[in-house]
Amino acid sequence: MNTYEWLQTILLFFVLLTLVKPLGDYMARVFQGERTLLSPVLDTCERLIYRISGVNKDEEMGWERYAWALLLFNLVCGVALFAILLLQGVLPLNPQNYPAFSWHLALNTAVSFMTNTNWQNYGGESTASYFTQMFGFAVHNFASAATGIVVAIALIRGFVRRRGSTIGNFWVDLTRSTLYILLPVSLVFAVFLVSQGVIQNLNPYRTVPLVQGTSYDKPRLDDRGNTLKDSKGNPVTENIQVKEVQIPMGPVASQEAIKELGTNGGGFFNANSAHPYENPTPLSNMAEIFLILLISGSLTHTFGLMAGNTRQGWALLAVMLAILVLAMGILYWAESSGNPLVTRLGVQSINMEGKEVRFGLAGSSLFAVSTTGTSCGAVNTMHDSLTPIGGMMPLSLILLSEVIFGGVGTGLYTMLAFVVIAVFVAGLMIGRTPEFLGKKIEVTEMWMSIVTVLTSGILILIFSAVAMLVPSAVASMNNPGAHGLSEVLYAFASMSNNNGSAFAGLNGNTVFYNIAGAVCMFIGRFAPIVASLAMAGNLAEKKYIPPSLGTLPADKAPFALWLTLVILIVGALTFFPALALGPIAEHLQMAS
Amino acid sequence: MNDIKPAILLFIIFTIICGGVYPAVVIGIAQAVFPKQAQGSFIVDRNGKTIGSSLIGQPFSDPRYFWPRPSATSGFGYNPLSSGGSNAGPTNPDYLKTVAGRVKALRESGVKGVVPADLVQASASGLDPHITPESAGLQVARVAKARGISEDAVIKAVIRATEDRQWGLLGEPRVNVLVLNLELDRL
Repeated sequence: MNTYEWLQTILLFFVLLTLVKPLGDYMARVFQGERTLLSPVLDTCERLIYRISGVNKDEEMGWERYAWALLLFNLVCGVALFAILLLQGVLPLNPQNYPAFSWHLALNTAVSFMTNTNWQNYGGESTASYFTQMFGFAVHNFASAATGIVVAIALIRGFVRRRGSTIGNFWVDLTRSTLYILLPVSLVFAVFLVSQGVIQNLNPYRTVPLVQGTSYDKPRLDDRGNTLKDSKGNPVTENIQVKEVQIPMGPVASQEAIKELGTNGGGFFNANSAHPYENPTPLSNMAEIFLILLISGSLTHTFGLMAGNTRQGWALLAVMLAILVLAMGILYWAESSGNPLVTRLGVQSINMEGKEVRFGLAGSSLFAVSTTGTSCGAVNTMHDSLTPIGGMMPLSLILLSEVIFGGVGTGLYTMLAFVVIAVFVAGLMIGRTPEFLGKKIEVTEMWMSIVTVLTSGILILIFSAVAMLVPSAVASMNNPGAHGLSEVLYAFASMSNNNGSAFAGLNGNTVFYNIAGAVCMFIGRFAPIVASLAMAGNLAEKKYIPPSLGTLPADKAPFALWLTLVILIVGALTFFPALALGPIAEHLQMAS
Repeated sequence: MNDIKPAILLFIIFTIICGGVYPAVVIGIAQAVFPKQAQGSFIVDRNGKTIGSSLIGQPFSDPRYFWPRPSATSGFGYNPLSSGGSNAGPTNPDYLKTVAGRVKALRESGVKGVVPADLVQASASGLDPHITPESAGLQVARVAKARGISEDAVIKAVIRATEDRQWGLLGEPRVNVLVLNLELDRL
């Protein structure tokens, strides 16, 4: 990396780490019901919401009721979005008159946004109306992010409460995360993004003339939409002259801010955060990476504060940061080494396929690891066109169950599941009682942690294997050979872990991928959530055991290192065979 | 069962706040403070006619113009209605053939030496408005010859269309191809 690239990387992490403490502190106050900076403005609003919706804010819930309320709310959200997508043609704010989604695409998309995945089997600018974007997608960006945050908070309460039977009130947690955290930060950054050139309007698409016209051969279609072929089997085409183009418009900035902040990742446009109207400058790029990491990073401090041991929060953040920086380094190295098969043609040896000039290699690499270490899935670089080892980094970060910062909330509760496993295994190895934050780790905690950590892995391996047996699923691959396997593996990894980025060459808009994907996203989201809440309820009932000489300190460097190894080993054991057949095989093929 | 009521009502309330009020407030502020950016950073000529957006690249193939990066948008290159990259994997034989073809076309236009990667590899958005200064430099001689003007005049235009690293630090230096070509047409 050159000096500029070092400096901007350091600047990003410096700003991020500076804000972990104040934001973490603020979030802890919000969820403990204390007064905050924004209380004078939002207090009235919050109380009004409770009055209208009939919520008693002082009522506490046991974990079963908390989980039930969460599932119910998400179900309402998902059904509403499904309905909006099927009715798009008759709903307002649709200047381009886009028709309804097909039922299976609507199902996939509704589950996708409900589960914070934002896997997109459609191109936004050519499929979705402004109504769908605002009242469908943007709303879910808030709701699914808030859902993730409250599960993490409930789990923290489980560790903290002693001989209690409750873990908080879902409605209150949901309202507070949306009102006090997601909305204000999004508002500020949406306006900032507009200043950089992100558009924000409700205009119809704008027609502009081309300075130099262009032309292309358009395949002729028959009545059924199939390509017509002549007697020799070549497609029949007609030459179309293009003198003007239509540029899409829309309320992009408001969507962009929450899409990154809530680690949702669903692009307004097909090119996602690579599109100049979503991410126009290097500064907007840095701001978006910052937003992706902001809440997940800060929640580690919220955790430390609420658990009464801030060192514990910093230890988790250190583990996340170490793996993120490692992945970033490998990805940058691979991309700056280029593709030997292209270099051989007389081309400079860096890989610019699927990258934008304004971000450069550092801005592209940072974005790629941040969006996949978290569950964001927005992209400013086409991951499908990364070099094999480069592309293995985002894939591996997703396969590690997204704990490298992780999704808002999901990152923390999954990381805590890894901590429980690490404490338990270390306890067995050195003969100490497995306990964490004064709570004994027993069979229930282990089961719930295993469910949280391994659900996605099981889904990925089963569904990737099934896809290899379904001819139509194999036909969806855009690239032959080992790379095609990587595309399918990436798709199910991304959906099962609720990431949403893709090796986008794979044509996912088929009945098979739409439905299989919806199943993966649903189970991959809610099985770990229910397991985490069950663990929270179980932990809350336990009594507190003060640390003794027999306690393994979990907030010190040796444990942080051990935790890092546990995360990497679980990931490697589960996925090494699949990675060997995909990216590693392709790398060997490319280098030979 | 008494949780069904808050589930539905809170969903409706958040739909109004997050789906309606929030974007509307951003639109209001954006139109008041940054109207040009909020509308799409359009370039307007002397007669008030819109002639493109400085953020959305356009296709150029005439030797009189600087050429942009290859674009993989469907239909034709730089089609703003279908943004996206090629998604070609690094060992895909079709992709390698395409790149070889682009290198050949550049060689035929007089480019010698190592070809900058951005000039033969497609962008992520398919709408990338920029090329690297190296890619612009390689095209100066061709454009000057095709237009019958001095290389100096072309270089000056390139410099005017070059954006430095933001704050002198972020991103990469880059040349806006549409801005540059419009500038050349005005000479």
